[in-house]
Amino acid sequence: MSTDTAPPARPRLGVFKFASCDGCQLTLLDCEDELLGIATELEIAYFLEGSSAPAPGPYDLSLVEGSVSTPEHVDRIRRIRADSRHLVTIGACATAGGVQALRNHADVAEYLAAVYARPDYIETLATSTPISAHVPVDFELRGCPIDRGQLVEVITAFLAGRKPGIPDHAVCFACKRRGNVCVTVAHGTPCLGPVTHAGCGALCPTYGRGCYGCFGPAGTTNLPALVPLMHRDGMSDEDIGRFLRTFNVTAFTAVEEQEPGTIQKEGPR
Amino acid sequence: MSQPATGSQVLRIPALTRVEGETALRLRIDDGTVTEARLSIYEPPRFFEAFLRGRAHTEPPDLTSRICGICPVAYQLSACRAVEDACGAVVDGQLAALRRLLYCGEWIESQTLHIHLLHAPDFLGHDDVIGMSRSHLAHVERGLRLKQTGNAIVELLGGRAIHPVNVRLGGFHRTPTRTELRPLAERLRIALDDAWDTVRWVARFDFPDAECDADLFALAETDTYAIESGVPTVLPYEKTLPPRSFPLRDFPDHITEEQVPHSTALHARLDGRRHLTGSLARYAVSGHLLSPLALEAAREAGLGAPRPRAGTEGPGWGGVCRNPYRSILVRAVEVLYAVEEAMRIIAEYERPAHPYVEVPARAGVGHGATEAPRGLLYHRYAFDDAGRVTDACIVPPTAQNQGAIEEDLRRMVQAGLDRGEGSEAELTRLCERAVRNHDPCISCSAHFLELDIERT
Ligand code: SF4
Ligand code: SF4
Repeated sequence: MSTDTAPPARPRLGVFKFASCDGCQLTLLDCEDELLGIATELEIAYFLEGSSAPAPGPYDLSLVEGSVSTPEHVDRIRRIRADSRHLVTIGACATAGGVQALRNHADVAEYLAAVYARPDYIETLATSTPISAHVPVDFELRGCPIDRGQLVEVITAFLAGRKPGIPDHAVCFACKRRGNVCVTVAHGTPCLGPVTHAGCGALCPTYGRGCYGCFGPAGTTNLPALVPLMHRDGMSDEDIGRFLRTFNVTAFTAVEEQEPGTIQKEGPR
Repeated sequence: MSQPATGSQVLRIPALTRVEGETALRLRIDDGTVTEARLSIYEPPRFFEAFLRGRAHTEPPDLTSRICGICPVAYQLSACRAVEDACGAVVDGQLAALRRLLYCGEWIESQTLHIHLLHAPDFLGHDDVIGMSRSHLAHVERGLRLKQTGNAIVELLGGRAIHPVNVRLGGFHRTPTRTELRPLAERLRIALDDAWDTVRWVARFDFPDAECDADLFALAETDTYAIESGVPTVLPYEKTLPPRSFPLRDFPDHITEEQVPHSTALHARLDGRRHLTGSLARYAVSGHLLSPLALEAAREAGLGAPRPRAGTEGPGWGGVCRNPYRSILVRAVEVLYAVEEAMRIIAEYERPAHPYVEVPARAGVGHGATEAPRGLLYHRYAFDDAGRVTDACIVPPTAQNQGAIEEDLRRMVQAGLDRGEGSEAELTRLCERAVRNHDPCISCSAHFLELDIERT
């Protein structure tokens, strides 16, 4: 953003977007209490959603939202990496391909034909992949969308030159700490909390619904133990397959390959 | 560097800023006449309509919210309405009121974001809000406070401001108690003053003359300013033609989408004509249904009184605001209205006996439309006997507005050239303003501005 009266020594921030909904970038603008503070600590050098004065690199901290889904993306992420000292991916799209990775299990030519009359005008890759599949990433912040508190922690940690304090445990821990009644135990509601990465503060159980996995898999998971519970609560294998394959489809598919439960190999079309 | 008024050239703006998503713009100028203005949305396709097929009837609200992080509530509620329509479920009473409250939260938050963080810098000659905050700090702080209040509503009812988790078919997973809503009422009282001050602040901006040459299209209700439901209504550009409405189920007969080579977003037309949705259209169609306070604010802001309620023509009830630069004023008035509505709903709230009504799956087709902050958002789903989606169609506001935005661009650049503003920097600025007036949400339409001017 503008640099007119700014002191020269501040680290430079870049915010970049690939295939995504803009929600994770918006989380930055949603830090109403911290936004002006962040802007005094960091020079917001590149942030198209927020500023009309994009400045060229190099950047000290780059936040990348969105997944790699076009041939142009592949080149652009390499250029951004080369221009960035520290590169952090924000959100499920950038760390796990996002909801658009549902195409990875499908016939993209058929998808194109379903949406566009002239599929030949559209440039797209057959897959939607995380940033780390293309370039080295320094830190991955999960969530669809990311949590505001965790974003502020990542920026603060960067400014202090330490590792972000983002634990790898499951939503269940946060749920217990919040004093919620377990929705699976009490109501037989299927919940992915035991295998999902913490960060949201166990939002869904707090509102009486099961976790649907929007933060992707936790550091350690035990799918073979969870699947029978979901069967007990009335889900078919196909239902469980769809449940796991939504906003973090590639990440949960990787877990499933390491810890085969009973879910179907083929996702929904 | 000023360009000669003769000869041909192409101007290319590679990435439009301060809009959601990615757009490029291409202008062709032949001997000082703009012969082509094309908005190219190069947001990569994300295939929602394709991968929704095969999902359960309960899934579209959460899935489609990910189309847009700026207006997730709009997606969730349009999806709910379409599925409920297919399944024959009706959500009314306090559950419907809570939905409207949630939507008011998104209107306040999203319109305020556009007014203060994205649009106002254009009028005050800044590149961004951070630059603007150096000379207009109090206004920026007020905007952030107001936005926070909108977010607080969405967070309380939905769990979080972006992709709320508490919305479900038939209502909510959990409804709040009256006591839980009380702190919002207190914040909203402050927000009401902030919203008034915002209207007065933007009313002092300098508005260039312009007129959007398109039919205006919005949902309409008989007794309230339409937000979360309504009947599609068209106010034709020609003042001699009367407004007309059609049932939502006929939407596909009237709105047709076509693909254009330069964009990943489809272009929609209304009965073969260019149309505009959003704040200007809503104010034109339903302005007379605003609250007395919001109408007073509109009058004080010099907006021109809205079209009268049928049979109540009186002095001072003039025309319709078609100046896209003034959309910021209409947005400010809508924020004031949404704050008042939120206060009213909270004051009248009684916690419903059940947080949702059952929406059992059945085969059929359902239509749903709501007024997203940026305009009318339509969803249609077809289901098989097992309640699986067999077909999905989503028509976002930006796809509908593209034609009108391109025509605005053509006119504004022509006016700029006629005034002798021919340099690339001047034209880029004009184009960005023309597009930003409409607050396009490019993530929705597929997705920022790359300008390509061809001068021949
Ligand atoms: S991770 Fe989710 S919230 Fe973030 S950009 Fe992707 S779709 Fe949007
Ligand atoms: S509980 Fe699960 S689905 Fe819900 S917000 Fe948290 S991580 Fe996302």
